[in-house]
Amino acid sequence: MNKRAISWFKFASPQNFYHLAGRMWPWFAGLAAVLASVGLWISFFVAPIDAQQGQGYRIIFVHVPASQMAMFIYLVMAGWSAFGLAFNTRLSGMMASALAPTGALFAFLSLLTGALWGKPMWGTWWVWDARLTSTLILLFLYMGFMALQASIDDPRRADKACGVLAVVGAVNVPIIYFSVQWWNTLHQGASVSLKGSSMATPMLLGMLIMVLAFWMYAIAMGLVRVRSIILERERHTEWVKHAVA
Amino acid sequence: MQWHSVSEFIHMGGYALYVWGSFGATALVVAAEIWQVNARRKAIFRSLSDELLSNPDAESRSP
Repeated sequence: MNKRAISWFKFASPQNFYHLAGRMWPWFAGLAAVLASVGLWISFFVAPIDAQQGQGYRIIFVHVPASQMAMFIYLVMAGWSAFGLAFNTRLSGMMASALAPTGALFAFLSLLTGALWGKPMWGTWWVWDARLTSTLILLFLYMGFMALQASIDDPRRADKACGVLAVVGAVNVPIIYFSVQWWNTLHQGASVSLKGSSMATPMLLGMLIMVLAFWMYAIAMGLVRVRSIILERERHTEWVKHAVA
Repeated sequence: MQWHSVSEFIHMGGYALYVWGSFGATALVVAAEIWQVNARRKAIFRSLSDELLSNPDAESRSP
């Protein structure tokens, strides 16, 4: 093994990752603030009015980033959980539980901004169609993960139980993503794909910058939260006493 | 510039409730989460320093 591989393993220890995360999160938080400022400016002052939806379409600049983060964070959470179940690493479960609240909040925002968009455009806050229902299930999966974590006192056992839940629940994410193709739904299909985009350039640019801002925000939140979780779980070790004293 | 006045901007072409509701809710959730991660960090620091204060020589006695 070369030196680089060894240094990566070094950060698998909670103690080393605690310090690494402490150095990293301000950068992600700063990037999130800068990108959100630029993204909001484009959302309201550069992107033109939409021919069909007027000014109402501007909800897209928070709805799409929140929705894709909710799905992506779940996949990352399931990935950490699977890694933890396979290799029994302590940090994996901590990472998964650090991401769950942020993912749940984005799933909630996806549903809320979707309702606020659906009311003026479809005439209803909510329909039980495939895209909306599977996103509601995603929110319930996050909430179930957090409730299960909180209900088991031994964190290592909680990680195992939550890990299984997260991995099994991951099947819901492709269902959400492809729901607009598989079933008849009120929800429109994807505006952006590998083949290109059906959106005007400033709209697309604003949306992509907001997506990036949400990414940086979610990483910063995950890192700050995982540091608290590391301290909570390693509280009886010497290094934590030195880190706090 | 596509807005001719502040009130036109606030009015959002008749979609004020929905557009500002969405952006406002997002801002509130972000603020609440930042407050929550800060509170959690403060709580664990307080709990750990209380433990050290009430048991200052724990370090020397630990095996």
